[in-house]
Amino acid sequence: MKHLVLLIALTFSTQTLADTIIVQSTTSTQNSGLYDYLLPILKKDTGVQVNIVAVGTGQAINNAMRCDGDMLLVHARSVEETFVAEGYGEYRRNLMYNDFVIIGPEADPANVAGSRDVNEVLLRIVQAGAKFASRGDDSGTHKKERSLWQAAAIDPDTGSGQWYLETGSGMGATLNTGVSLGAYVMTDRATWIAFANKQDSTILFEGKPALFNQYGVIPVNADKCPNVNREAAETFTQWLLSETGQAAIGSYQVEGKQLFFPNANDNLNSSIELK
Amino acid sequence: MNALAEAFRLIITLDADLFEILWLSIRVSLIALAISAVISLPLGTWLAITKFPGRKFCILVLNALMGMPPVVVGLLVYLLLSRSGPLGWMGLLYTPSAMIIAQAVLITPIIAALSNQVIENLHQEYRDTFYSMGVTGRRAVVAYLVDARYALTTCILAGFGRAIAEVGAVIIVGGNIDHLTRVMTTAIALETSKGNLTLALSLGTVLLVLSLLINALVIGVREYAAKRQYA
Repeated sequence: MKHLVLLIALTFSTQTLADTIIVQSTTSTQNSGLYDYLLPILKKDTGVQVNIVAVGTGQAINNAMRCDGDMLLVHARSVEETFVAEGYGEYRRNLMYNDFVIIGPEADPANVAGSRDVNEVLLRIVQAGAKFASRGDDSGTHKKERSLWQAAAIDPDTGSGQWYLETGSGMGATLNTGVSLGAYVMTDRATWIAFANKQDSTILFEGKPALFNQYGVIPVNADKCPNVNREAAETFTQWLLSETGQAAIGSYQVEGKQLFFPNANDNLNSSIELK
Repeated sequence: MNALAEAFRLIITLDADLFEILWLSIRVSLIALAISAVISLPLGTWLAITKFPGRKFCILVLNALMGMPPVVVGLLVYLLLSRSGPLGWMGLLYTPSAMIIAQAVLITPIIAALSNQVIENLHQEYRDTFYSMGVTGRRAVVAYLVDARYALTTCILAGFGRAIAEVGAVIIVGGNIDHLTRVMTTAIALETSKGNLTLALSLGTVLLVLSLLINALVIGVREYAAKRQYA
């Protein structure tokens, strides 16, 4: 059996290449096509080959804690900071931001479009007895959504399975579910713009500071995980944070719209003005 | 209908990405099948013709394992191959090798249990003959496998079908990495999550056609060989 495993290992030993790294990533950056745009530019600039494993932020961080990745690119700041504080990450930097939006059927049965703030949006959804599809998967988006319910002093779990639908899936899968059921969904703007199955759903609420979405980048700590390709991970991180990388992020567009806004220079502020 | 047209377009334009993914799917599943067959066919046969206490229980376990969810297999193989797992030093996680291991683990009980049933039926018929000829142990296992080879192709095809159609395990241990571990099923899952339902369905159609071709090929060869033998 051991020989067999070794044989397979030799047949496909692709991972030992010097300039190859694995990035544990959130799904929105992949589903929106950002990596397909960025990675060829990176490859040309630095020669680093990046392999993306796109899972939810929660799973990405757990995988990185088991040393199954050289870098993290996720969006849940407090968890990221804990990750670094516990020694799993070398450091954390702001990379870029965009925002979350609330989408729902055009008819807007809960009339959320006229709300003053996010609290009111959630309250109106509950009062109208409308459906809300949640990720329910401990991802960055899910954590954000839970924090908004908490801020609105509503416990959606009491309606779990009735009007509060926790799909336990990625953003795209949750959008497929939400759109089909005519439910409201909180999604990051990038995934929504690139999403191809919108049917009659549309953005109903947006542009409030509470919906800010910060992405961070963390090289995994080589002291904790000796297998980490420290050099290549550092190269990729610094490229992303460099003027070239930041400009590349800013120039990525889908249907004429910019999806991610680079902000590597801003490592203090987390309440940037939204358009 | 759009999906069928899209599937047709992908095939006739020899879409490079599609063929890369398709080829990886075939390669991974065939190697997994080969590894699994080497283990499962003798195992199933041996269990069918050997008497020992606990044999019935072994067969029961084997049958139960046929229903093992791929995602559980994926998780077990992931924990095994993870850098912090017992085989982490091999660096196999997120490679096609990891997907091969997961698929082999998944289909071994299926082929073993199905072949066990085939051989057991045959054993009723041959037991006395083999016994009187003194064919036992390893020689008996080989003799049964050779004799039942046509019936066993169905078992093998069942295993292959499960392997190539499986998504839950390979997405965990392979990571669905573009140009490295993306296979047909994980590509379908990704396109579905992007909302590209037509493209996802057309990829599904291509996979189905592939499965049809492979089954036709194997059954064709079997029919041909069987005819020649008894002609």
